[in-house]
Amino acid sequence: MKDPTSGEVVRLIVPTGSLGAGVREEEIAYGLAAGAHAIASDAGSTDSGAAYLATGKSKNNRGAVKRDLTILMKAYAEAGIPVIVGTCGQAGGDLNLDWTRDIALEIAAELGISPKIALIRCEQDKATIRRLNEDGRIRPLPPLGPLDDETIDACDHIVAVLGVEPFLEALDGGADIILAGRSTDTAVLASYPIWRGIDWASAWHAGKIGECGAQCAEERDGAGILLSVSSQGFAVEPLGRTNRCTPHSVSAHMLYENSDPFRLVEPGGVLDVTEARYGAIDERRVTVTGARWEQQPYTMKLEGAGGGAYQTIMLVGIEDPDVLRDIGGFHDRFLMALYHRTHQSIPEERLGEFNISLRMYGWNAVSGNKPPAGTAPPPEIGVLFVATARTQELANEIAQACNPYFFHFPAVMDKELPSYGFAFSPADIPRGQVFEFKLNHVVETENPMELVRLEWIDSAAPADAQAEMADG
Amino acid sequence: MAKVRDVCRHVRSKQAGPFWVTIDFFFEDGEAFRRHAESPALSADAFARLYATDPALVKRFPVPSLDVLKVSFPRARPQGGMVERDMHSGQQYVRLLDVELD
Repeated sequence: MKDPTSGEVVRLIVPTGSLGAGVREEEIAYGLAAGAHAIASDAGSTDSGAAYLATGKSKNNRGAVKRDLTILMKAYAEAGIPVIVGTCGQAGGDLNLDWTRDIALEIAAELGISPKIALIRCEQDKATIRRLNEDGRIRPLPPLGPLDDETIDACDHIVAVLGVEPFLEALDGGADIILAGRSTDTAVLASYPIWRGIDWASAWHAGKIGECGAQCAEERDGAGILLSVSSQGFAVEPLGRTNRCTPHSVSAHMLYENSDPFRLVEPGGVLDVTEARYGAIDERRVTVTGARWEQQPYTMKLEGAGGGAYQTIMLVGIEDPDVLRDIGGFHDRFLMALYHRTHQSIPEERLGEFNISLRMYGWNAVSGNKPPAGTAPPPEIGVLFVATARTQELANEIAQACNPYFFHFPAVMDKELPSYGFAFSPADIPRGQVFEFKLNHVVETENPMELVRLEWIDSAAPADAQAEMADG
Repeated sequence: MAKVRDVCRHVRSKQAGPFWVTIDFFFEDGEAFRRHAESPALSADAFARLYATDPALVKRFPVPSLDVLKVSFPRARPQGGMVERDMHSGQQYVRLLDVELD
C-alpha cells in the first residue's frame, strides 16, 4: 500500500454530520492543533422529508445552528482557515440559504469579524426547468418517468444539486466562509482538497467517508473527524478522543444511505471504490487508497418539492380487552364506520377526494401488514386517525364529524358504549400540508456554473444593508 | 432451517434518497455470508413480494470484504406521502428478520 500521507497532505475538519447537530469546541481545538487547513460540513439532507425544501424552512433549530456556526467562525477567526457549509438550512433552496446567511452575518457582527462570504445559489425557477426539459436535457432516474410540465408546476421549490466546481470558484475568489445551497454531501468535503490540487478520486472518496462526521467511527461518542487527504489516498481519524475508526467502520460507511456501495454518481463523474483498500494505522486511525474517478458528461441532480393535500389527526389509547381480542377486525369495521359517518355528515360536492387512515400503534401501524396468525395481543394500542383532504378546513371538518365515533366505536354491540382514552382536548389536531418530492431527474449542463449563481457578501457592511443587497 | 436473525449480527434499513430504500445484511461471518447471501429467499423476486416493488428494479450487491449483502429497491410510495408510515424507512428491515433461508 502506498503511503497516503506522502506528498502534499490537506487536512480537513468535518465537525459534525450536519450543522446544528452539535459541534464540540474541544474537537475543533484538537483539529486545529493537528494543523487543519479548512473546515467543511453539510447542513442538511433530503432524509427528513420534502417539507423543508417545499417551505424553505430549516429543520434544525436556529439557536442550535447559530451555536455550531459560531464555533466554526471562531475557528476561522483564530486560525484563518476557510469554513465551507453545504446544503444550508436543511434543503439548500434560496430561502434556506438566506436564513443561514442571516445567522452568519449576525455571528460576524457579534464576533466583530468581517469574513468574505460567498453564497452559492442553485435554486431554479420553473421556466428554466421547463426550457431545459423541452431541450431534452432532463432525464428521469428510476423509478420515475419522463418529466412533464404538470410535475414541474406542482413543485414549490426546485434545486440543482451542486458538485465541487462552484466551491472551487468561490475559493478562487478568496472566500473565507462559503454558504452553499443544495450540494452533494460529498462535494462539500471534496471541494477544498481538490482546490488545493489533490487527486479527484482521493478527495471524493474522503468526502464520502467523512460526510456524516463520526458516523464512520466506532463508539461514536464524538461528533467530528479529521481527514488528511493526499493524491495517494487519505487517512481518517475521529476528533473525539475516545472514538476509534477501524478499517471495518470506515469501509462499512460506503454502505450507508447509498443504493450502490461501489459506484457513487456525482456531478461530472462517478467515484468507483470497488478496488479501495482500508488499513489500520493504529487503533483509531485508518488509511484508504485505491478509489478511481471516472469523468463523465456534466449532470446535476434535480430535487423538487411541493405541498399537496392537508391533514388533521386524532389519537386515542385503547386497553379495552374486547378491542385487543381482534385488532384487525376492529380496524376494518372502525374504518368503514368512519367513512360512512363522513359521507353522512358532509355533502359529497364539498367533500371531494379525501382519505381516512387508521394506524394501530402497538400492533401494525409501522408496516400496515397483518401480523402473523397467533400473535399475542399487546396490553394496549394507540390508534392514530389521519384525515387527508384538499383544504385544512375540510380535513378538520372530517375529523370533527368522526370524533364521536372515534371516541366510542364499540368492538361488541351488546354492551354499553366504550369511551377510549383521548390524550388532548380538543381532540383534533390540524397537522398541515402533505409535502412530497416530485423530481428524481438529472439535467445535463453546458458547464458546471450554468445553473449556479455565486454572490459575494462583504460582512463588514451593516447586516440590514447586506440583506437588502443580497435580496435585491 | 436458519432465519435471517440467526445468521446476521446486524440488519438495517434506511432510505437512499426519497425514492429508494436500502437494506444491509451484516452476516455473522464469511461462512454465513457465503452460505446464505445468494439464498432464493433474498432474491430480487422475494424483495418484490415483501415490499410491493418492481423486481426488475431491485439491485443486489454482495460485499464479500464486509460479509455484507446490500439490497436496494424503489419505495412502493415516495417518501412523505398521504399514508407514509416510516418516513426514513428505518423500520423496514424488521419484516426480514424471520425470513427463512435454505
